[in-house]
Amino acid sequence: MQVTEKKHAQEAHDDHGHGHELAHHFVSVEQQHDAGNLGMWMFLTTEVLFFGGLFAAYTIYRYKFEKVFEQASNILDPMLGAINTIVLIFSSVTMAFAVRSAQQGKSKAIVAWLGATIVFGALFLGIKYGEWKHDARLHVFPTSDFNWTWAREKHAEGEHGHGHDSHGPELKGFVFNSPVVPANYIESDSRNPEAKQAKLFFFLYFSMTSLHALHMIIGFGVMAVIMVYAWYGYYTPHYYVPVESVGLYWHFVDLVWIFLFPLLYLLGAHLGAGH
Amino acid sequence: MSLHPPAKAWTYWANFLALCVLTVVTWLTARMDLGALSTPVALGIAVIKAALVVLFFMHVWESTPLTKLVIGMSLFILTVLLTFLFTDYATRNYDVLPLDHAAAVSGKH
Amino acid sequence: MSTIITSAPALAPASKEPGQGGGVDYLNHETSIASWLLTLDHKRIGILYLVAMSAMFVLGGFYAGLIRAELITPKGDLMSSDFYNKSFTAHGVIMVFFVLIPLVPASLGNFMLPLMIGAKDVAFPRLNLISWYVYMIGAGFTLVALIGGGVDTGWTFYTPLSTTYLNSNVLLTATGLFILGFSSILTGLNFIVTIHRMRCPGMDWFRMPLFVWALYATSVIQLLGTPVIAITLALVGVERLLGVGIFDPRLGGDPILYQHLFWFYSHPAVYIMILPPLGVTNELISTFSRKPIFGYSMMAGASLAIAIFSFIVWAHHMFTSGLSPYAAMFFSLLTFSVAIPSGIKVFTWLATLFRGSISFDSPMLYAYGFIGLFTIGGMTGLFLSTLGTDIHFHDTYFVVAHFHYVMVGGAIVGFMGGLHFIWPKMFGRMYPEFLARMSAILIFVGFNLTFFPQFLVGYLGMPRRYHEYPDEFQVLNVFSTAGATVLGVGYLLPLLYLPWSVFFGEKAGRNPWGATTLDWTHTESPPTPHNFEETPVVTGEPYKYDTLFNKESALAGH
Repeated sequence: MQVTEKKHAQEAHDDHGHGHELAHHFVSVEQQHDAGNLGMWMFLTTEVLFFGGLFAAYTIYRYKFEKVFEQASNILDPMLGAINTIVLIFSSVTMAFAVRSAQQGKSKAIVAWLGATIVFGALFLGIKYGEWKHDARLHVFPTSDFNWTWAREKHAEGEHGHGHDSHGPELKGFVFNSPVVPANYIESDSRNPEAKQAKLFFFLYFSMTSLHALHMIIGFGVMAVIMVYAWYGYYTPHYYVPVESVGLYWHFVDLVWIFLFPLLYLLGAHLGAGH
Repeated sequence: MSLHPPAKAWTYWANFLALCVLTVVTWLTARMDLGALSTPVALGIAVIKAALVVLFFMHVWESTPLTKLVIGMSLFILTVLLTFLFTDYATRNYDVLPLDHAAAVSGKH
Repeated sequence: MSTIITSAPALAPASKEPGQGGGVDYLNHETSIASWLLTLDHKRIGILYLVAMSAMFVLGGFYAGLIRAELITPKGDLMSSDFYNKSFTAHGVIMVFFVLIPLVPASLGNFMLPLMIGAKDVAFPRLNLISWYVYMIGAGFTLVALIGGGVDTGWTFYTPLSTTYLNSNVLLTATGLFILGFSSILTGLNFIVTIHRMRCPGMDWFRMPLFVWALYATSVIQLLGTPVIAITLALVGVERLLGVGIFDPRLGGDPILYQHLFWFYSHPAVYIMILPPLGVTNELISTFSRKPIFGYSMMAGASLAIAIFSFIVWAHHMFTSGLSPYAAMFFSLLTFSVAIPSGIKVFTWLATLFRGSISFDSPMLYAYGFIGLFTIGGMTGLFLSTLGTDIHFHDTYFVVAHFHYVMVGGAIVGFMGGLHFIWPKMFGRMYPEFLARMSAILIFVGFNLTFFPQFLVGYLGMPRRYHEYPDEFQVLNVFSTAGATVLGVGYLLPLLYLPWSVFFGEKAGRNPWGATTLDWTHTESPPTPHNFEETPVVTGEPYKYDTLFNKESALAGH
């Protein structure tokens, strides 16, 4: 290999960075920034395929059991889903502004915008918690507690004003203090093959939204750490790639939800209540 | 002097507005019975929303060809996964056995 | 076209002798345990991986020994069928996930990649170290499960056996493998960013050594494929825990969906295993025939083509599982496409050897073995991708022989060649050449004696994963076990003489093989901690040989 020598970075560029801004194995801040950015995109690629496996399972089972999936999806509330979508998109906006502040070198603004992102992300999770509490009451958690007959009946009742769960005492079921399902409902489910298909829908619903929620919680943790660093002025216009990376991650989380919302919530929205 | 010039603030708000509008649109169209079109419409709107997030929040609009290649490759492989599965599932012409097959066989259906 | 440098310029602090003994190198500048366990140096991390994987290889080989011992006799007399199932599962899981997947990238790749492209380290040194710890933790979990209670599903964990009918070691194993997947992903991520962003000035894409192209293609597969098996293992775990039925037909699920998702990763995974050794072979062939690789761009393109095609053929593992016949035909046709870039590589090597000045140094013996064994493995793959014949061969020893030819005769032999090739660079010492040649020959002979009879016995109908078999298959099985013993000796020797050589081997010069890539010409043996004291600038192609190569003087450091 033909090679000639080159002087060491004595011919210093003014983008050489100061102190912690440039790691020793990189030649310039541009190289470091581009490497970090590319690394984050690579990681997001793995996330696309990670969620992709679940989307694949969803696609197949929806193809196989379309009618029941529509009915099952009808149990979910599209209005709450839509509100949550807008909440999450708003948190993406605040995140975009956090990255912008980093580019401008405004450390305290980074902290403020990241804080706002966490607040709206937490709001999203709070709404989700409310949804899940309702879902538990309807016995659609895909555990041994699942009961399709109960869910459809109570959902239909619920649509026509508030029904009361007056069947059986309010014993602590699986979680969220859901009422115990009487035996005749269990028997009705065992005779109904569609119940198992509906359980599959809810398994996919809960696993996809849980995985998404888990990613959000991890995101909060990372954002909190970055907020601390930002507070102490660690990020500069020459070195803000961690902020940009967590921004990319958060936007990805938003992207996943943009697809989850129509696929899970809007499937059965055209059906009226009580189907 | 930062490594990349920051975007203008109003672009983020404009993007947000567009995304909100599209969310409302997808919610409304879902409530209509569009038959076979409902899935393509919902997915189509989702794709547009996703494109807006990717291009403008994630700055792919002004990024290097490499970033676009990376996104392209991951979407390509994801598409392969989703579509090639259908070469199997869409062409199985087996009759689906009812889950209470025993009852069907013995005549009590 | 350009002048050939016949002596490398002095770079490192002046050393009195070549190799160890004179200057500061990455091995001797810090020697505490902490400096090894907390190192950020890619070279040390490569060695950490090497040690860990060698240990795993011995363990996997132990289970292989158990299998072959049982199969000497037709009756299942050495162990229960249950224990036999646990043995082949352990053998498969350990060899696939803990040895073959990380084998070349994590050891040789970690060590050589920055050296080959003129970088001081990989892009993310801390992620590199983390990937090793993740490997060790994943290995820990899995070994506890495999040795503690054992899993007898086979390394493929097909449902519903693994989800519904089995003990809870499956969960522990699945967790261990889930964790291990991150090690693979982090390595791949690191390599891709390093190759894109850390090449020294003048190192264009088409001036990189072909080993780097192979690592790049491998890393692409690692990134795109591994997450799918991660989510699949997670689903298996959830199904065990919650009894949901995503893969259980009684509950509306489809067990074939598991197979689809599993093989979507596991087929590209086999290309993770073979692409780096294919890349290593390029370096060996060109160095030891004193010729540039014939058709450099075709080779680079073939590596990428293999990576991409590997994702579109997975269902050829499922032809007899209950796939729709139309899907089976579709995948069968597509599978033939993968043979094309592989064939291009083999012919390219032959064209390189033609009229080269070939030698028979031990790394080159491994390269010759690789070409032959990989070709046999690849050609027998065609029988398996042909739908009609696969119906007959699936789940017989024909499949076992095929994949051992490519995975052992291909990947392991290629790795051994690469390991011997860069050993002088890694430790500044030469190993005993006679013993090395003898091992290479023993491995080649032992390997063929072990696995060629398995083609025959599989063709005759002996199923795989059975601990007992009809008497008519015994003769071939005895040959196979005898071969395994020879093979074992062949592997044992390097395990002995290689570590011996670190302390007592003849000192190697900077470039004992007379190679022409940056890693040989511009670094010491062993390299200094930061690889290059001054950033090199590349002005020409990677393989430019001076055919008048004098090995003795190269060893003496001139």
